[in-house]
Amino acid sequence: MGGYSYDELGAIFAMQGFAGISLFSVLLLMALGLAIIFGQMGVINMAHGEFMAAGAYTTYLISTLTETYIPAFMPYYFVFSIAAAFLVAGTLGYLAEFILIRHLYKRPLDTLLATWGLSLIMQQSYRSIFGAREVSPTLPEWLMGAYPATDMIDIPINGMFVLGLTIFTTLAVFYLMFKSSWGLRVRATTQNRVMAGAVGINTKKVDRYTFALGCGIAGMAGAAFTTIASTGPTTGTLYIVDTFMVVVFGGAASLFGTIASAFSIAQAQSILEFFISGSMAKVFTLLTLVIILMFKPEGLFASKVRR
Amino acid sequence: MSDKSDNQRSWGRRKVVRALGALPLGIILASQLSWAAPATSTGQAVTDDTVTVGILHSLTGTMAISETGAQEAEKLAIKQINESGGILGRQIKIIQEDGASDWPTFAEKSRKLLVNDKVAAVFGCWTSASRKAALPVFEKENGLLYYPTFYEGLEQSKNVIYTGQEATQQILDGLNWVAKEKGAKTFYLIGSDYIWPRTSMKIARKHIENVLGGKVVGEEYKPLGDTQFGSVINKIRLKKPDVIYAAVVGGSNVAWFKQLKAAGINSKKQTLLTISVTEDEVLGIGGENLEGFYSIMKYFQSQDNPNNVAFVKAFKEMWGDDSVIGDVTQAAYLGPWLWKAAVEKAGTFDVDAVVKASEEGDIELTTAPEGYVKLHPNHHLWSKARVGMWKKDGQAEVVYTSELIEPDPFPEGYQ
Repeated sequence: MGGYSYDELGAIFAMQGFAGISLFSVLLLMALGLAIIFGQMGVINMAHGEFMAAGAYTTYLISTLTETYIPAFMPYYFVFSIAAAFLVAGTLGYLAEFILIRHLYKRPLDTLLATWGLSLIMQQSYRSIFGAREVSPTLPEWLMGAYPATDMIDIPINGMFVLGLTIFTTLAVFYLMFKSSWGLRVRATTQNRVMAGAVGINTKKVDRYTFALGCGIAGMAGAAFTTIASTGPTTGTLYIVDTFMVVVFGGAASLFGTIASAFSIAQAQSILEFFISGSMAKVFTLLTLVIILMFKPEGLFASKVRR
Repeated sequence: MSDKSDNQRSWGRRKVVRALGALPLGIILASQLSWAAPATSTGQAVTDDTVTVGILHSLTGTMAISETGAQEAEKLAIKQINESGGILGRQIKIIQEDGASDWPTFAEKSRKLLVNDKVAAVFGCWTSASRKAALPVFEKENGLLYYPTFYEGLEQSKNVIYTGQEATQQILDGLNWVAKEKGAKTFYLIGSDYIWPRTSMKIARKHIENVLGGKVVGEEYKPLGDTQFGSVINKIRLKKPDVIYAAVVGGSNVAWFKQLKAAGINSKKQTLLTISVTEDEVLGIGGENLEGFYSIMKYFQSQDNPNNVAFVKAFKEMWGDDSVIGDVTQAAYLGPWLWKAAVEKAGTFDVDAVVKASEEGDIELTTAPEGYVKLHPNHHLWSKARVGMWKKDGQAEVVYTSELIEPDPFPEGYQ
């Protein structure tokens, strides 16, 4: 690397490191909701991306309403819109489970088809309600721009925001799953549905809330992603492949695996991308995944559930 | 075996059709004064008082974002033509089909419009991929397509009139401008990974290296739909180019500009010239993320000439005050008017005659919102290139306008 000073290289190294961590937090936030649904319930939710879009559109709506009616609230609305996105997407997920998914638990492959149909329905609804054009909420000024750590290092504020949100969500999910009594019931249901029912756990209720929680987290992810990209009816499809990749590579039933997988994919992708072109970086990342999955079909961290 | 006999049969049928077609053509020419051509003289859906055309854009799917404006403009033009008396005394009827952002669907719907509906002309397609898919159908069925998008060039079909700019028209003058005005020597090229950005960048690179004597310090393509630009932005930072030259499209476009801003790269520190941002895209990107960056287009909504003022007013009346008009939307608006001029010159709706009239090089529109355009015998338009600087409100200020540029779809020395 001739012609560059050590300061410059150091700065680039720091910013590149952050780019990787930023991609990691995006991937993890996308995958968390899916990992809960896929891992705990065995439902392949093809409409995951559309629940993210629901969160993004909620943010857009709140942004527009705030701008029109209470402009003074603009700098703060974003935090509330994330909570609202969680509630809206969660409610939609609750309804979807109630109307559609619960009838298909005994036919796991049919849930794949049913949720794919659901995703098409949701896409077309967005198109009819919000129009085919992409929209972006007006973001508060403090969220945009960069934080100049030194003269040469600029850290994107939205990246830090997404990172913070991801850490918060991950910790919350871990607390829910492994420390709360509700999490205990979810895990019990996953391990042995009949037995869990026999000891008095309402497994149907557990399913419904698990699904709603997964969709709600997807909604939060969607809200957070309005800071880095735009929202259109088909936005969800942009994310769904990466999301599944993270969950499958991590090992379906393991939340820890999801984190590890998001981290390794993100670092591999962003480091490769720095040295070769974006398309080739993606090819190499995917090739590596395929090869690893050939030897470890269960993913990085196979679940230790008795079958 | 069966292939051969099929071939022969269709050959024979075609000859017969052609022979039949020649007969009424003579009648039309003879009776041009009264325009009382026989109702179905050309085998097309033409009656004594109506003529049917097709509109073929994506109303659903990922491209609907971009193609909405184009089909709105085409409908506006057709409405205005009808209000002013139609074409050859006939009102235009529209059959609209949805390409659904799926290239084979474009081919299938083209066939439906040409074979079943027998439309006299089709206004449609947006991406190069959809045009390439529909092209064989138009050539086989001898249809007529008005294609509105600026595109990579290297094509000239008898059955297509290209109302947007081909690559050299859009690219070269903009590069000259930035080299002269900003003293730019080093360029970083970045685009989405498909035919249009790659061809455009190839032309840009040749021009930068061979004509401007500048240097390309990086060339990068991102997969379509990719929303992560962190690593690319760091690479650009390391190379410190005078100009970032961008052709990123679709959802990626929004992510690219949002992340540029988030990384602290703005127009105060960096000159950025893009060939893929129109007013339509700005809606999604947000004017505040683009402020001070430049686009090269042939049309901007803010252009202050009487034609455009009237056009913008009519467009907003028909499609709502919130609507914005981008380059392709305006080019789509030209389609029906160019067709009208060619049909009236030919005195018939017959495709061969209309194409012949179009190829004489004297069809011009003085009423075009972009100013003035003239149809070149090579099926493309003479037009000007403009550089617009984006403002916070999502409109561009035109800072440079070129002379009228001759279209050159097969540029020598750039391939």
